[in-house]
Amino acid sequence: MVDLPSPADRPDEPRVGTDEWVASHGERTARRTGVTGFIARVWDRLPPFGRLAVFVVPTAFLPFLMSEENLTRYALYTLFYALMGLGLNVVVGYAGLLDLGYIAFVGFGAYGYGILASPQFGNHFQAELAIPAVAIATAVLGLLVGLPSRRLVGDYLAIVTLFFGQAFVVFVNNANRIDFPHFGHVDLTGGANGLSDIYPPNFFGYEINSTRRYFYFVLAAFALVLTALYFANESRTGRAWRALREDPLAAETMTVPVNRLKLLAFAFGAGLAGFTGAIYGSFQTGAFPGDYDVGLLITIYAVVILGGTGSLAGVALGAIIINCAPELLRSEHNASLLFYGVILLTILGKVRPWRVLGVFLGGLVAFGFAVHAIADAAWPRLTAAHAHSTGFLKGPIEDWVLLPRHPVKIADYGYVILIAAILLVTRLDGWRRLVALVPTVYLGAFVWENLLITQTAGATRLILLGALLVALMNARPQGLLGTARVEIV
Amino acid sequence: MSAPARLLDLRGVGKSFGGLRVISNLDMHVDEAEIVSVIGPNGAGKTTLFNLVTGIFRPDEGDIVLDGRSIVGLEPHQITNRGVARTFQTLRLFLNMTVKENVMAAQYGRTRSTVVEAMLRLPRARREEREIARLAEEKLAFFGSRLMGYRWDQPAYSLSYANRRRLEIARAMATTPRILLLDEPAAGMNPAETHEITELIGKLRSEAGHTILVIEHDMHVVEGISDRVVALDHGEKIAEGTFDEVATNERVVEAYLGPRHTRKK
Repeated sequence: MVDLPSPADRPDEPRVGTDEWVASHGERTARRTGVTGFIARVWDRLPPFGRLAVFVVPTAFLPFLMSEENLTRYALYTLFYALMGLGLNVVVGYAGLLDLGYIAFVGFGAYGYGILASPQFGNHFQAELAIPAVAIATAVLGLLVGLPSRRLVGDYLAIVTLFFGQAFVVFVNNANRIDFPHFGHVDLTGGANGLSDIYPPNFFGYEINSTRRYFYFVLAAFALVLTALYFANESRTGRAWRALREDPLAAETMTVPVNRLKLLAFAFGAGLAGFTGAIYGSFQTGAFPGDYDVGLLITIYAVVILGGTGSLAGVALGAIIINCAPELLRSEHNASLLFYGVILLTILGKVRPWRVLGVFLGGLVAFGFAVHAIADAAWPRLTAAHAHSTGFLKGPIEDWVLLPRHPVKIADYGYVILIAAILLVTRLDGWRRLVALVPTVYLGAFVWENLLITQTAGATRLILLGALLVALMNARPQGLLGTARVEIV
Repeated sequence: MSAPARLLDLRGVGKSFGGLRVISNLDMHVDEAEIVSVIGPNGAGKTTLFNLVTGIFRPDEGDIVLDGRSIVGLEPHQITNRGVARTFQTLRLFLNMTVKENVMAAQYGRTRSTVVEAMLRLPRARREEREIARLAEEKLAFFGSRLMGYRWDQPAYSLSYANRRRLEIARAMATTPRILLLDEPAAGMNPAETHEITELIGKLRSEAGHTILVIEHDMHVVEGISDRVVALDHGEKIAEGTFDEVATNERVVEAYLGPRHTRKK
């Protein structure tokens, strides 16, 4: 792992790529201190199987700690997202192809498995046959889609694959009345109603029919795919993929058949998508056209990009955050913790030196109590309501934040003023910014307690998620476990 | 004395971009174990010549023959597999891969195991992987201590400029070429590094046994390494011979300095 290119607000550090920067590179990587540095060093020293165990071993105990419903919501969907992300990571992360039709391959896998094991055609193949067959068929489909697009690079490939993805959705929506010359009408996909009652996978007679069994099955599949991809990445093929992502012309002149390898990456990713789709379809006991549309595509891209394109562990971490964060934020208490936690951490991380930080925090607390005391004395209605937050947050908030009895209108005004205040703060510098930040943070808490917290199931959740992603993007533009990419001529 | 074997032979090669004739009717050859320099002012067509030989461009006319077989029309990776490797004037390393991986990636065409074999860790994949690593280390060791040890696992972008040039040569060597095409290996180097490159090119022939075709602007380097020098101007060969013959050739002086300097004589 490598340090970030020096951010613009630290002009004293040499720019990436200059001679001083090159000379100090080794020293800089050795210098990683603090908790993150320690974790990074331990992580670097772990053997590959150790890294895998870090994810898999704790995860294996989850069924004993969670209800079945939570196991599905948190663990199983995370694993599915991670599996889908691993396939996309081959295409996007290793080979650098912008494939926007990826989810159609997942959908093809789900429908394919449904056709082989559901009442639709009365088939019930064993999973040990059906799942590999579906994966291979999807890889072949990927090959067929990739063949005409192999000359297309960059943006054009994105358009063509996006078109394919949309065409797939339209096709499965309408493939319930195909006319064949001799067979007559064939209902292939169930049309808008989809395929339902897909049978659970049955391995040599052992049926995966409970949530817990599904969980261990998908966890095993995840560990298997992760291991295989690790070896693939370290092989001649993996190196060739990464080389052509870096510089296709140089790769071509260094004996790498670029077109063939792009096609291979495309088909390989599609095969993995089909494999995941088959399991996903059987878990959902159905395949429906709307499931495999752009929404899921964006989610999986978010998993890969957030985790760090090209990093296997990053995909796992990205899946955990993308799946669990929105679920956790449904609760008002969790949302509050995140809201106040992020603000506090940002202040702790950004305000320097320590003396200024102490004065700032003291000023913030005093400001709140002062406003609260004045309001309490002058207009008691402004502090009459109770806090939404529960637990340890409830007491301090009721003494600190203004909670009017009829908050709707005043909170709306506060929201508008808050946005203006945030814009103002970003325009100020130095001590002026810090002074302006005190009432802004207080106003933020006011708007949060009176307006946003009442809508945690809806808009607020998305606002918070967006803010979280923006914060992570600023902290690590290359993704959480990604490596900073450097391009210098 | 029997004539030495012709390794690379260009016969009447021509190339135009639109109406611009970049190379016209070029005949030249490189013999086995020879070091040939190509010189000429900017825009003379030297890099285009390399792009034609390595298959990045296809000649409009003429034939390019490597060891008796025409290589016109082959894909660049096939030509490299036949034994023509090159470096680039503007460095084109795989910057975000490690130093060792750069050299390992260039051995793709030399090896055969599939991605499925690699995922299952089958014997052939493991054996080839060991061979790839060993050859990469051997090629990097050719450059003394500069690309050794802890540098193996550092990303290529962390290397200094001169070391990047060395790594590009190591990467080209890893394709086990019969002829090495070096495009301005001394460009951007200081005098000490330039001197070192001159010795290195000599070693590439004497120790590694490569035949070398080199584009170079630095006349000290050209003088120090060349068996034969070919001078190009406006895509045409204007002189060929030993360094002294070419350096005193009237047309070469004219091409570099303009006609005024030749008239004085």
